[in-house]
Amino acid sequence: MAALDQVQIRKVAKRYGSERALAGVTLDLAAKSMCALLGHNGAGKTTLLGVVSTLVRPTGGSVAYRAAGGEVTGNEVRREIGMLAHTSLCYGELTARENLALTAGLYDLAASASAIDAMLDRVGLDRKARDRAARTYSRGMVQRLALARALLTRPSLLLLDEPFTGLDRDGALALGQQLGELRDAGAIVVVVTHDLEAIAGRADHVAILRRGQLVFEERGTYTYDQLKDVYHRHAN
Amino acid sequence: MKKLAIPVFAVLAAILIAVAIYLVFFVTPLEASRNEAGRLNGSSLFFSQKIFYFHVPYAIWQFLAVGVAGVCSLAFLVTRKAKWDDIASASTDVAVGFGAVVLITGSIWGKAAWGVWWNWEPRLTMSLLLWLVLVGYTLVRKFAGPSADRVAAGMAIFGTVAVPFIYKMVGQDSHPASGKDGVVFTLGEGMRGAFLCAFIGFLCWYIALVLSRLASTRAERELRELRERGLDLGVLQ
Amino acid sequence: MAILRHVALVAWKDLRIELRSREIVYTMAFFGALLVVIYAFAFPVDPRAARASVPGMLWVAIAFTGTIGLGRAFDRERENDTMRALLLSPVPRLSVFLGKALSTTLLVLAVSAIVAPLLALFLDMPLFAHPGPLILVIGLGSVGISVIGSVFAATLLKVRSRDVLLPVILYPLLVPLFVAGTKTTAALLAEVPNFDAAWFWIEFLGIYDAAFLVLSIWLFESLVIE
Repeated sequence: MAALDQVQIRKVAKRYGSERALAGVTLDLAAKSMCALLGHNGAGKTTLLGVVSTLVRPTGGSVAYRAAGGEVTGNEVRREIGMLAHTSLCYGELTARENLALTAGLYDLAASASAIDAMLDRVGLDRKARDRAARTYSRGMVQRLALARALLTRPSLLLLDEPFTGLDRDGALALGQQLGELRDAGAIVVVVTHDLEAIAGRADHVAILRRGQLVFEERGTYTYDQLKDVYHRHAN
Repeated sequence: MKKLAIPVFAVLAAILIAVAIYLVFFVTPLEASRNEAGRLNGSSLFFSQKIFYFHVPYAIWQFLAVGVAGVCSLAFLVTRKAKWDDIASASTDVAVGFGAVVLITGSIWGKAAWGVWWNWEPRLTMSLLLWLVLVGYTLVRKFAGPSADRVAAGMAIFGTVAVPFIYKMVGQDSHPASGKDGVVFTLGEGMRGAFLCAFIGFLCWYIALVLSRLASTRAERELRELRERGLDLGVLQ
Repeated sequence: MAILRHVALVAWKDLRIELRSREIVYTMAFFGALLVVIYAFAFPVDPRAARASVPGMLWVAIAFTGTIGLGRAFDRERENDTMRALLLSPVPRLSVFLGKALSTTLLVLAVSAIVAPLLALFLDMPLFAHPGPLILVIGLGSVGISVIGSVFAATLLKVRSRDVLLPVILYPLLVPLFVAGTKTTAALLAEVPNFDAAWFWIEFLGIYDAAFLVLSIWLFESLVIE
């Protein structure tokens, strides 16, 4: 497994029929950094995330993924990617353990029952729930399972699409902290979010999209007020 | 140069079709030997046989339109360049129109030759099926939202691959012979000129239609890009 | 081989889910049985006339239950966006396709295995007089429906008007399949079975399946990735 340490987004453009979703976005993502990707609805954040995750094919431009040993291409890129969205990406009819075992199989990982349990411990999923179908879980439990699924494969590129939605203040803070830890451990983290409070003080790289274009980019830590200010100045 | 293409083909088409119509109605012979099953069709035969000059070219060019749409759809899926999708879409639109003409003229011919407007005869059924695939393509384009181009391209390619199977499945029919021993190649002197005129005339018509659809699509796109540029610069709201 | 392993993983996942809830099999089997009852009322009872209609009835039932079951199976992948998870994994998209096509084929086969005997029973037709060719043609038909159906069901997963567009796209493409199936069944069911005709249509269906399988393998990724 070649851990990614750089993602180079070069002039990426995306058109859906007559709609322009992205117009020539150039951005560099580095290891040990958390990028907050901000913007209004329809600005292109989710599309950009889709392109970086290889689920959306750009109509122009390209994305290069680099690891210590050189460029990583094709299916191997996806081995390094973990995703957390507001949907769980897990099968409701399967139990938590089965979902994680499936994920391990898809990523060609030999995950033993104890390794799976260890991961579920780490995200704090109640032992008694682990053999129940996931559709019986509460929202909080579903999110824990989703996080476990994302982290099981030890991704070096972690993409999050509105992960704080539906979480209460404590939950959002806890998740923010976990993301910070993952960043410090060397991952490239990209968070698309509207929740500036949850991301304030954690992100060290801010990028703002407006109508498919990158209108602001800066590296540095921001307080909540600074983020609000920058957002209002550029996202409109 | 490109700007002249549409008027040139349109005028060419108009001239050739006008000449063809003249030839068909005033010059070509009434073929007495086309009397089928001993039925004396009399005056209706006059009309029904003439329709051949319109029916066959439209049918042949419909196949061309479908082939073009299939190939361009494939090019689009592979390269994702909008121009291929434009051509596929324009060609299919024209194919739908041509297909409707084929079915209607075929139906009129059938009424005169067999006495019924429709009889589920294999060739007719195949044409209807093909036409339905094309109409389906148009529906997909209209209702599938932003991903319509991708989905429609898939349908066009799969539809094109299905055509040989549809053809094989209809088997023997009571349709006038086609192919090398068929009607077209054994046309007599007086009829050949009119047929050729109509044949090439309708090809020009197909090209003119496709080109003008393409021009319209491109104009729309340019307008949209200008509008986007204006919005980006803050000049427009 | 890694491909086989991945295909088996994806297919087994689907089967396990279906075995657990049995939702699709039960509802589709019920729908199929309902169709048989409707046929009994709608079509003439006299054996000779019925004999002529039975092949059509069988394949109409397979067509409807097959495409609805297919739609429902893919709907599952929509519920928690799990199709995205599959496409996001390092498993080649080809394997995802083959896995889904395999599990859908088994699903359609399972439902056909319920509908065909029901039809034979209620309409008193010797449908299984020559079980070999019949099972083969139903098998090939199931494969065809599943292969083409999986491509478009996956493509349409996130598309507007998906429910209506899937039949619009699928039925015209499947016509040769249904004709081949009907003609084979008719040839087998005839007073004097026409084995030549039956094998001709079985071969036709085999080539049809092969052609579309190759096309689907080639184009699946292009169609499904936005």
